[in-house]
Amino acid sequence: MITTLKAIEIIAVVAVVTFFTRGAPFVFFSGKNGVAKIVRYLGNVLPSAIITALIVFCVKDVTFTESPYGAPYLAAIAITALLHILFKKTLVSILGGTVAFMLLSRVIFA
Amino acid sequence: MKTRSNLRYSFKQTVPVLFGYLCLGGAFGIMLADKGYSFVWAFFIALTCYSGSMQFVLVSLLSANPPVTLIYTAVMTLIVNSRHIFYGLSFIQRFKEMGIRGLYMIFSLTDETYSLLCAQTSIPSNLDERSVFFNIAWLNQLYWICGCVIGTLIGTLIPFDFTGVDFTMTALFVVIFIEQWKTVKSHIPAMTGLVVAVLCLICIGSDNFMFFALAFTSLILVLMRSYFEKNGKTGEKAEEDCNDNNA
Repeated sequence: MITTLKAIEIIAVVAVVTFFTRGAPFVFFSGKNGVAKIVRYLGNVLPSAIITALIVFCVKDVTFTESPYGAPYLAAIAITALLHILFKKTLVSILGGTVAFMLLSRVIFA
Repeated sequence: MKTRSNLRYSFKQTVPVLFGYLCLGGAFGIMLADKGYSFVWAFFIALTCYSGSMQFVLVSLLSANPPVTLIYTAVMTLIVNSRHIFYGLSFIQRFKEMGIRGLYMIFSLTDETYSLLCAQTSIPSNLDERSVFFNIAWLNQLYWICGCVIGTLIGTLIPFDFTGVDFTMTALFVVIFIEQWKTVKSHIPAMTGLVVAVLCLICIGSDNFMFFALAFTSLILVLMRSYFEKNGKTGEKAEEDCNDNNA
């Protein structure tokens, strides 16, 4: 067991570095003449690229090479998407998708 | 009255994160309590670090034997959270205009808050965009703190097995993805992000791929800039409108 002081130090370092990663673009990319054009361009096109990357990030620890080949995840993602295209209600899609995932991963592919 | 409708609208936007954060935060709390840390620790960690994936790594750092060095902690945090460097790019101007609240916006820019803010393309005109942004940010952190604290307090006592509830976050991203798909002028950025992320995951492995995925994606999008601008597909128009509204 590490000491209380050490634990506080570790937490402080994590807090500071995390804030740094979030603050970096504001420090480095906003000069006196406003935001550079190239950065504004990136700010416009990146959100849709980041969202798809985040979906991949969510399934990063899933094993796709052996049974069930990530089937509960892929199926639940498809169900979420289908619900959203059909009903356009965020909560319906998210709750439906999550319930589907829990059933798929714990009952059907258990 | 206006403050109230701002808050009501913001709350509605954050409901999916409410569920997700209570569950994810709860999972963190359970893990932390298992290592012998009380809810006081969970509260302060959620208040100061406020980072989903990093807090899970933090649990292992806090229970490592022999203790980890602070340098190792810093490098580890940088690697795990490096993807956040790309999030601020979309909000530099708007957060700056928010003054002291903007500083909190930067601090609280998690994956989930970022994606909710990106989804705010049609805020009703009678509401104040900056207040909605700020409300979304602090509401989300409030949920996160509650989740973490509750996790340490009663997480281990609840008989229900929550395995799989964290899929809420994935589902939230899928929903935001579809909403974006309908509004953006070009699907090339989304597809680039997807393909590059999958390739990086396969080549680099799950621990560190996200930073490289976003770096390569940014690079590719920068190289394609002239194509986008020639075809008027950057979405620049929409952003100018947005800035006009703010002025």
